Amino acid sequence: MRSLLRRREAALAIVVAVLVAAIAVRAPVFLSAGSLDTLVTDGAILAIMALAQMLALLTRGIDLSVAANMALSGMVVALLSRAHPDMPVVATIAVAVGSGLLLGAFNAVLIAFLEMPPIVVTLGTMSVYRGLVFWASDGAWVNAHELGEGFVAFPNERLFGLTYIVWIAALVVGALLLLLHRMRKGRELYAYGGNPAAARYVGIDRARLQLLVYLTTGALAGLSGYLWVARYAVAYTETALGFEMQTIAACVIGGVSIAGGRGSAAGCLLGVAFLVILFNALPIIDVSPFWHMAISGTAILVAVIVNARGEARRGVLILARARVER
Amino acid sequence: MGPVGSIGSRGLRLLRRWEVVLLAILLLICAANTWASEYFLDVRNLFDSTQTFSEKALIALTMTLVIIGRDIDLSVASIVALCSTAMGWLAGEGVGTPWLVATGILLGTAAGMFNGAIVTGFGVPAIVVTIGTVSLFRGIPYIVLGDGAYTDFPESFGELGQGYLFDLIPYAFVVFLLFAVFTAVLLHRTVVGRNLVAYGSNPDAARYSGIRVNAHRFWFFTANGAMSGLASVFLTARVGATRPNIATGWDLEVIAIVVLGGVSIAGGSGTMLGVVLSVFVMGMLNFGLGLRNVPGILMTIVAGLLLITAVATPIIARKIAGRRRRPRQPGESR
Repeated sequence: MRSLLRRREAALAIVVAVLVAAIAVRAPVFLSAGSLDTLVTDGAILAIMALAQMLALLTRGIDLSVAANMALSGMVVALLSRAHPDMPVVATIAVAVGSGLLLGAFNAVLIAFLEMPPIVVTLGTMSVYRGLVFWASDGAWVNAHELGEGFVAFPNERLFGLTYIVWIAALVVGALLLLLHRMRKGRELYAYGGNPAAARYVGIDRARLQLLVYLTTGALAGLSGYLWVARYAVAYTETALGFEMQTIAACVIGGVSIAGGRGSAAGCLLGVAFLVILFNALPIIDVSPFWHMAISGTAILVAVIVNARGEARRGVLILARARVER
Repeated sequence: MGPVGSIGSRGLRLLRRWEVVLLAILLLICAANTWASEYFLDVRNLFDSTQTFSEKALIALTMTLVIIGRDIDLSVASIVALCSTAMGWLAGEGVGTPWLVATGILLGTAAGMFNGAIVTGFGVPAIVVTIGTVSLFRGIPYIVLGDGAYTDFPESFGELGQGYLFDLIPYAFVVFLLFAVFTAVLLHRTVVGRNLVAYGSNPDAARYSGIRVNAHRFWFFTANGAMSGLASVFLTARVGATRPNIATGWDLEVIAIVVLGGVSIAGGSGTMLGVVLSVFVMGMLNFGLGLRNVPGILMTIVAGLLLITAVATPIIARKIAGRRRRPRQPGESR
């Protein structure tokens, strides 16, 4: 199983490499420092949210409300920043994460304690949160000049040449990598998603696991909401519209199974890389950005069909894998 | 009939309760609307209001069949956009109304077949496949149109979306009612419908008892595509324009209607009557809020809360009643 996973990720890595090479041959400017800098900064938020989405997918769930959560949390901090332009960045981040956590908690309670299907809950909250953005802002935009100076500047400041957005994403990705592949809770996510009934017999608490998942997706959506609004220096009702589909697409391309229990963080990140490289390359190789959607749709379908055999396999020996690692 | 009949009647008894709840919600909404606006209780206005939801309602009928079979189709709104673009392009080339309608429906059918073929042919979960086709089917209109639009349609085509039967009932609503009866009979009174409920409740058992599960699933996806094509005909004719972002968000709205109608997202149960009532609940809610000049986006808050409350209430009630049944799929038994 382990070698199979590795092989799938290796294959995807080769695809990404070929893609980069092909683009670079056509337009060498793609590999310039400036272009790569835009690439990683654009990919940072998607990387955070795709990994968060992966947590939900692993447990046979899904969080469709992440993009609406980002828009609402982003709007909350944007409105705060308009009212108090000199609010410290730490406070802004705390409010954004808190707001995201609260919205995530609403999902989490309905899913974990009422045992409602995640797809129904997050479908509902997606509409509610998106509507609340409009209600909070009266449908108006909060523009760059209304936002505090520090608010907009912070995520785009640089450390060792990379923007803070990238560093924040790296921290989050590192933490989630630890959780998924080095911690007991992470293994429980795989165990539960692989076989919920068996997971219960070995004493895994479903409700606590789901609480953890949807609180995490919520909190990270809040954080990403602030980063998104600051990066694009505008907050409005349609912020990040449809972004939830991109997070799911990155996971699917990376070999994360929607049926739960299968997929690795590395695969997911390769899926993110694939999408971001593709999107950023289009204007460079003179393809209209209107091709975005059709290309990413085709990519998802190809990935789905290639992974189809893996999806059909049943039963994953995660405990055997654990023994090998020790 | 013995065991099958008893399963059917038990299911009906359980669900009929939910339909009573829906009917009560509907009456409440209508009462509130009547109280809130003098324009609500007017035959012409009421029939006119059906225009805004009949197209979505059409798709909800076949989506119900797809969801009862444990599948889901997120790509319906994209199919609407795809068909609309094809019709817009052909209309610009001077093609006549009958051929435009045929194109819309046939292209929708083909798109549905594409979904069904990948889902059943490769054994991949429908949600993953249709997440892909969401982008693919809507991506093509973006390539063709960019930020442009088709607005040149023949007059007789527009009549389909803006005209009335007996000078009173919009055509789309008439067609919706006809298909509602047809799908209700199909689901509740035919072998196909019984097979659907059987494999929706237990695919393995259904396969062992000789039901051609994948063939059924394929044709229900196809039907869903065809219905999206038909909805696209009415929508395009009504608004008289095609933009790539046409019908954005309809996929989730349609699914919300179906789930609110008491159809289990885990498959295997649901009635057409429930879905039709749910169509009217959502429709009248939107109409009433519209009369009070509530912006459309705020209606999504109400619709979202309604969806969550509708699914949560029976679960909470059951928890309070303390009847600890065998733990089923969450939210399944209502």
